[in-house]
Amino acid sequence: MTKTQNNRAWFLVLPVVVLVAFSAIVPLMTVVNYSVQDIFDIENRVFVGSEWYREILLDDGLQKALLRQLVFSFAILLIEIPLGIAVALAMPSRGRWASLTLVVLALPLLIPWNVVGTIWQIFGRADIGLGGVLVTMLGIDYNYAVNPFDAWATVLVMDVWHWTSLVALLCFSGLRAIPDAYFQAARIDGASNWAVFRHIQLPKLKNVLLIAVLLRFMDSFMIYSEPFVLTGGGPGNSTTFLSQTLARLAVGQFDLGPAAAFSLIYFLIILLFCWLFYTTMMQLGRGPRV
Amino acid sequence: MKARHLLLIGYVIFLMLPLYWLLNMSFKTNEEILGAFTLFPNEFTLDNYRVILTDPSWYMGYVNSIIYVTLNTVISLAVALPAAYAFSRYTFVGDKHLFFWLLTNRMAPPAVFLLPFFQLYSSIGLFDTHIAVALAHCLFNVPLSVWILEGFMSGVPKEIDETAFLDGYSFPRFFLTIFIPLIRSGIGVTAFFCFMFSWVELLLARTLTSVNAKPIAAIMTRTVSASGMDWGVLAAAGALTIVPGALVIWFVRNHLAKGFALGRV
Repeated sequence: MTKTQNNRAWFLVLPVVVLVAFSAIVPLMTVVNYSVQDIFDIENRVFVGSEWYREILLDDGLQKALLRQLVFSFAILLIEIPLGIAVALAMPSRGRWASLTLVVLALPLLIPWNVVGTIWQIFGRADIGLGGVLVTMLGIDYNYAVNPFDAWATVLVMDVWHWTSLVALLCFSGLRAIPDAYFQAARIDGASNWAVFRHIQLPKLKNVLLIAVLLRFMDSFMIYSEPFVLTGGGPGNSTTFLSQTLARLAVGQFDLGPAAAFSLIYFLIILLFCWLFYTTMMQLGRGPRV
Repeated sequence: MKARHLLLIGYVIFLMLPLYWLLNMSFKTNEEILGAFTLFPNEFTLDNYRVILTDPSWYMGYVNSIIYVTLNTVISLAVALPAAYAFSRYTFVGDKHLFFWLLTNRMAPPAVFLLPFFQLYSSIGLFDTHIAVALAHCLFNVPLSVWILEGFMSGVPKEIDETAFLDGYSFPRFFLTIFIPLIRSGIGVTAFFCFMFSWVELLLARTLTSVNAKPIAAIMTRTVSASGMDWGVLAAAGALTIVPGALVIWFVRNHLAKGFALGRV
């Protein structure tokens, strides 16, 4: 659609700008302000320049949390994106069963995040939880509260349970938008299922997959409530991710300066990755047309 | 064809099992939960639900959550509608930068804003009010609303606007009586997303409230740690938090697929 050049449109976006400025710029400036000062109380504050940044970047615990976070987020993407596509391909395309599947799939998305943690806490307990009991019956010595590997596996499975539906629903709507004529043409050409997927469905899913990867990456990178309720970051620090480390630093220990420097670095990392994903996926999509 | 169905059925079972377990436990007594492993409640009881629905310190949590979620949805839609119209119809100085800046707020970790929000809302006297949580959730819901609505609005042909203006409609009248009805499914979907992200968020909601506006999710965590582990009541409270979401999904089920693609398919 061709758009008209009209600077009076700024009046229409003004409310959004004011509201978001109030809830983003003011707090962000506060964070920047804190990050360069050592604050004892309101009157006693010293300008320390980049000291907090250096301290945060060199902090061993934080580097480990960042590493855990990256491993977690990439593991999530590797599992949820293919699984989501597969589920979307398997869903009935229209009719009563289609709506029912949609409603069932969307259900985990509407559960408060800490309740998701609670559900899995109950479900995974080796003594009273169905999941825990089933795994133990398979002869595996399973306890997510003691064993770091089990804790990791539980947090991963919980996130797959929670969010794969989002990927599936996005892909489902992408698939529905492909005209039937494409499939008819493919059938006349005798294309295999794989060829149909590779050359018709996957290219058409590019846009929705971009949204899915971005949303999943951002949200998994900010994950807080679910592991907090399920494992409390334990055993040890094995499931402590970045948000929880930050919350501990800011609200638990009230270390304003380091917490603020941490926040800004955290924010920049997310922006960097989203930009990387966005540009690479756009590049891929611009390859030779099929 | 067979393998597909198996995958879907397996996935649905995987989704339903933890939910079934939650429901199952919410109908059991604590003795049964801890004493015996049973697939169905032996002594079916509604006591756990009775505890929640008769105690104001429990059920007010649901009321609080619903109040701030509704406020947030209304505010987000009210400011996002004109802005999305501007983005979908006009180019103006800095429009691309502004759009990207809005989206960066959706990417900001709530944990980053924890402390500044706490201080900001305390200093203007909004701490522990519903409006504080509603405004804080605008941080991620307003950019998302603009994004979704812009997608839906771009699907409406521009000739409709032009014809209406030629017919002598003023902008507000055109917008309210012609344009908004045209994109009502988009508005429904946007409201659904605002509801969803505000309803499930806990970190900010918990930080900005203490008593009067405390969300149900926060009440659950507190009560559980205080009274040892009352598994039955915990499960019942969890089961009740799913109800509003399930109702909302049911209302938008026909627009769900298009909505999840943010109007961009």
